[in-house]
Amino acid sequence: MNVDTEHAPRTSAPAAAQPIVDVRRTRRVPGWAAPAVVAVLLLSLPFSTLSLPGLFEGTLNSPSTLHLLATCLVFGGLATSYDLLYGRVGLLSFGHALYFAAGAYLAALLMWTLELPLLWSALIAVVSGTALALVLGAISLRVSGIALAMVTLAFAQAGSILVIRDPGRMTGGEEGLALNPDTVPGAFIGVVNTVNLYWLAVGYVVVAVGVVWWLGATPVGRVWQGIRANEQRVSVLGVNPYPYKLAAFTVAGALASLGGVVYLLVSGGVTPAITTAEFTLTLLVMVSLGGAGTRWGPLLGAVVYTYVDHRLLQLAASDVFDTLPAVVRAPLSQPLFILGTLFVLLVFFFPGGLTALPGRIRAALRGRGRAAAAS
Amino acid sequence: MSTVVLLVVTGLGLGALYFLIASGLSLIFGLMDVLNFAHGAFLSIGAYATWWASGHLPGAGSDGFGFLVSVAFGVAAGTLAATLVELGVIRPLYGRHREQILVTVGLSLAVPALIQAVWGADPLTFPRPELVSGTVSLLGAAIPTDRFLLIAVAGLVLAGLLLFGSRTRYGLIVRAGVEDRAMVTALGIDVRRSFTLVFAIGGAAAALAGALGGLYFGVVTPFQGTSLLIFAFIVVVIGGTTSTVGCAVASVAVGMVQQFANYYTVAGLGDIAVVIVLAAVLLTRQGGLAGATAGRVA
Repeated sequence: MNVDTEHAPRTSAPAAAQPIVDVRRTRRVPGWAAPAVVAVLLLSLPFSTLSLPGLFEGTLNSPSTLHLLATCLVFGGLATSYDLLYGRVGLLSFGHALYFAAGAYLAALLMWTLELPLLWSALIAVVSGTALALVLGAISLRVSGIALAMVTLAFAQAGSILVIRDPGRMTGGEEGLALNPDTVPGAFIGVVNTVNLYWLAVGYVVVAVGVVWWLGATPVGRVWQGIRANEQRVSVLGVNPYPYKLAAFTVAGALASLGGVVYLLVSGGVTPAITTAEFTLTLLVMVSLGGAGTRWGPLLGAVVYTYVDHRLLQLAASDVFDTLPAVVRAPLSQPLFILGTLFVLLVFFFPGGLTALPGRIRAALRGRGRAAAAS
Repeated sequence: MSTVVLLVVTGLGLGALYFLIASGLSLIFGLMDVLNFAHGAFLSIGAYATWWASGHLPGAGSDGFGFLVSVAFGVAAGTLAATLVELGVIRPLYGRHREQILVTVGLSLAVPALIQAVWGADPLTFPRPELVSGTVSLLGAAIPTDRFLLIAVAGLVLAGLLLFGSRTRYGLIVRAGVEDRAMVTALGIDVRRSFTLVFAIGGAAAALAGALGGLYFGVVTPFQGTSLLIFAFIVVVIGGTTSTVGCAVASVAVGMVQQFANYYTVAGLGDIAVVIVLAAVLLTRQGGLAGATAGRVA
């Protein structure tokens, strides 16, 4: 909803020059069609024995492919939750990793120390992660803009230090924590059951995307839109932006900590890599890659990014890489170098991300067609 | 007593390091509304350029005048990098604060990774001049000499920045631009030129922090700048202002808190204590930064 109104001026201006029939034809597709198609595709994937040699190593329903897809989907849901802050409310947080890590680490810790079953561990972890987001959000949102970015980063860094320094030998330090197999139902353990983890990841994406879309369509979502466009104007209208921003921060934190629990199950453990500032920056890259503030952008960006990242790692381990000269190979072997360079290129050459690409291509083609007609 | 003296001087030394990074950061932040993540990269460039010069550059070395040449080379490299970054990627995105931040984020990831690709991830031993390698006895405490060097250099930079701000025409433009950029632009003064200047000054200070950080830690690593940068961010927020003096006060406070908490509690808790101070400052005195930037930030 958010996006429709937002893009309306941009698309309607060129559309005015087009025959009216075109506009009507696009309107006839109902709003639930795209989500339904995507859902059917996602749900049918594990039943397909299709083999896509260039894209995936095994068939679509092989455990390795399903595991990769599940990871892509978890990050897709997480990026959608991050975009709730960044794309929809315009809050630049550099500490989203903290809530994701809180969910994953707390669940893992509860399973090991108290030997709580999965459901209870997950519940307590998500509730605690949400409470953490509420408290830290209440403090951080006292400043806005760039100062908010710095403060959220500082809190997340404190969490990261806590995890890595490992007080009381609980978090496993650099090693991280493995999933405690005794407290997890057998259906989520083992390579044979990868399909169940895939279903879990699909469920998480549905929840994350559903919550973000639904909230965007409510009156709260309209205030968020207003805050993003001009916070001062919202407060002049007599609406205090603070509780709305805090609500967004808390919901995003809750979705992130839920994602952390799912990630713990999918990857079979947790490492401090997901606590770092780089991890939040990766989310920012995913969202920007897909298109911030759009319906599908964060999900699409995260899936594409995670997939490409995975393939690059595979490529780096293969022989193809060794034939390259050292000048090229050395930087390419640094994932952060690729990430950073990608980021700079994105900002300059893909403003709006992947979801804006069809519109840009169409506009370019139309421009060319018009030039041809004029000459 | 001697422990306290040692902690105070060491905290001041660390604060000096933070000040060198944070002063440029807060100037860039105040003038351009850019949260410059690439600042840590300038620090790493400065540190590695100094390290490289002391081994490879003719006339440079690890002692006496040679070390000065090395540091000068490091600072020059940092300044050049900052100028190129401003002209190459920040200026084309003029007025688009969010994109400017994103670009510096990209650089902050790419540059240290590139350094790591060339020189490896392992810490490199930093050249240490004879003059500052021993300890000095002060009130019964044996204090590493390099701490005094750090404090002295930071003091000089503070004085230099204050003189630049109060005595030069460009300083006046920068100060006015930090206050109200729109007004300065409306008066027909090209603020963009002072953007480049501020970026260059910030890069120079960060590179100097890199060289001195090498002395402080004894080693250089590719991602040293990134971790120091986070504390510099905290300093800028606690400073609550874009003023250079506020930045200096906050730097000292953060350095002290970190040293004392690290010594009297478990090591590593100092970093967390700093974040707690940050939370306390935000809770007790809202305003400051928020008051100055509300409504015009990304």
